[in-house]
Amino acid sequence: MTSNPSAVSVITGNKAAAEAARLARVQVVAAYPITPQSQVVEALASYVETGLLNAEFITVESEHSAMGVCIGASIGGSRVFTASSANGLAYMCEQLSWAAGSRLPIVMGCANRAMSAPWNVLNDQQDAMSQRDQGWIQLYCRDNQEIFDTFLQAFRLAEEVHLPVMVCYDGFILSHTVMPVEIPTQEEVDAFLPPFQSSTIVDLADPRNINPVTLANPRGNVEGTLCHGYMEFRSMMQRAHVDALTAIDRIDEEFASQFGRRTGGTTRSYLLEDAEVVLMAAGSLASEATVAADFLREKGVAAGVLGLRSYRPFPVEKVVAQLKNARLVTVFDKSLSYGYGGPIFIDTQAALFASEKRPQMHSYIAGLGGRDIKARELADAAQSSLDWLNEDKGPKEAQWLNLQL
Amino acid sequence: MATNILSLPEQEFMLPGNRACAGCSIGIIFRHVTKALDGKAAFVVPASCFTVLCGMYPSSSVTVPIINSVFPGTAACASGLAASLERQGKTDMTVVAMAGDGGTADIGIQALSGAAERGANILFICYDNEAYMNTGTQRSGMTPLAARTSTTPTLGKIQPPKDMPAILEAHGIPYIATASPGYPTDLYDKVQKARDIRGTRYMHLSAPCPAGWHYEAKDTVAMAKLAVETGTFILAETVEGVYRLTGRSLSMAKAGKRKPVREFIRTQGRFSRSSEEALDELQQWVDNRWEAAVHRHETS
Repeated sequence: MTSNPSAVSVITGNKAAAEAARLARVQVVAAYPITPQSQVVEALASYVETGLLNAEFITVESEHSAMGVCIGASIGGSRVFTASSANGLAYMCEQLSWAAGSRLPIVMGCANRAMSAPWNVLNDQQDAMSQRDQGWIQLYCRDNQEIFDTFLQAFRLAEEVHLPVMVCYDGFILSHTVMPVEIPTQEEVDAFLPPFQSSTIVDLADPRNINPVTLANPRGNVEGTLCHGYMEFRSMMQRAHVDALTAIDRIDEEFASQFGRRTGGTTRSYLLEDAEVVLMAAGSLASEATVAADFLREKGVAAGVLGLRSYRPFPVEKVVAQLKNARLVTVFDKSLSYGYGGPIFIDTQAALFASEKRPQMHSYIAGLGGRDIKARELADAAQSSLDWLNEDKGPKEAQWLNLQL
Repeated sequence: MATNILSLPEQEFMLPGNRACAGCSIGIIFRHVTKALDGKAAFVVPASCFTVLCGMYPSSSVTVPIINSVFPGTAACASGLAASLERQGKTDMTVVAMAGDGGTADIGIQALSGAAERGANILFICYDNEAYMNTGTQRSGMTPLAARTSTTPTLGKIQPPKDMPAILEAHGIPYIATASPGYPTDLYDKVQKARDIRGTRYMHLSAPCPAGWHYEAKDTVAMAKLAVETGTFILAETVEGVYRLTGRSLSMAKAGKRKPVREFIRTQGRFSRSSEEALDELQQWVDNRWEAAVHRHETS
């Protein structure tokens, strides 16, 4: 495979994820099957068995152990990969926190799926959003090319900022849908992504106690030097997240200069410059929203799209700057913080609070448990919000798109 | 050839002074495990008493690499570490997962079963102090019959413990052994035997606990010996499926001698209020297991 020229393949999102992991030369893969992620690990298992990928494939008995193996393997000095969805991701919960607190550069895919109960294997983004505060970077992809590109960027990012990265892509809508994806050669990927450099020391000559009990306050070592307490470590993690905002955009620039295409880094905008009405979403919905913006433009409405790529860290300054000329922002969330509202809506509203010019904001909850959303419906929703605004009706409650209650 | 107490290496991998309770048997266990491995080991440790022994950041009481893990995930973390180190060509250390009975037999059993089924190249050591000692002596799946804990506060436990070596035997792994800090050379030899075998190796160690069993701290070694001499804890190993009694248990079987269980538990506060009926039941359980072990030893 290494000598094949860069080529376009028509592949699913899951296959794009597996191809990226293969070309990233991951050394240890551990995963447990769950719909709709299973094809990623099936593909990687076959790469390893057929020798296309020189890696250790560890078929664990649960997602909890998948992340456990990734943590152990990353500490042991290998580039590691896993993927999951929904209940599997939730089952990893304490390991997700452990991976981030250990500052390990683990990259995982999340084929976004609804959380049960009741059982539902179809798409929304409740799974990843529910893990928001574990300390992982979360990047959302709009299409299969972006899945491939984001994974390659994610390894660079994780290894630079020492934080794990979750690459999120909508289950079935992207995971099982074929699209043309440009796959670079191994040489091209190697030029972008250098070999893994471990920052963890497991050495008999330099024995370390990794992640021991750490008290609230700083504590002296045997030489009397004051060493960090728990809060200092947590503060460093927060700083790494904030610094990652610049790194995400810079790595995308470097990617663009080498591969001639970009993911957009922390956000991806469409017709935003003169947009009066902005449709905002993450994942494939952001792609769908560009079609909706075109519909609205045909009707004479100056519409644009702000696609949120990095949910954590949240690109506050960029979001504020990109929304500064908008009159109205309609946010479409595929998840919900129960008892409050759509998480992207809530965060965007908070980000805009300090700006002098604040647009009106309307929240839409959409696509839960795989409920279909058409571009026309997004356009109609934005139009109805604009009408509401023009009629000066005041604040608008969150709307559930296509709800038949 | 069996190691003599005088021929044990002098080098220590545990520094003087640690945070374990007075009389804790884990120090004896860790010292002999690391001596047997000549310090060439990386330990994966879940939340447990051993975490406490190892010390709080930034000080450490041990001089080998320690990798802390979430409570249920010891075997998974260890198998990832082992696979990764091997890929990096770092073959100078044995990956040892060292967990308590809760981290092995209860919350840790799924990851351990998965690792054993896959044949992960790790040595998993369970130090069994027979309850959740680190959180205040709550009952575990390894707590013996009739023992009082903070969650079996009046009646004592009404179920016998799990047979962990048997559960691991059912996984078909190449090496399983039990050992006791009361017989450190037997422990030492078994760790060395385990070290030289590839695949998942399991050792189940008796770990008397003065704080949780309620006996005097000075009596830990005596307690460990009595556990064996009464047949409550049986020294044995299973190599490639062949079961053998070893050390003191083997000589007891040959001599046909065994002390009554009451001699072992009489100074332990956790049994002080147990009914005679409950203690008879415990004796019966010990008798049955001992006879089965001797029979198995003689016929295998």
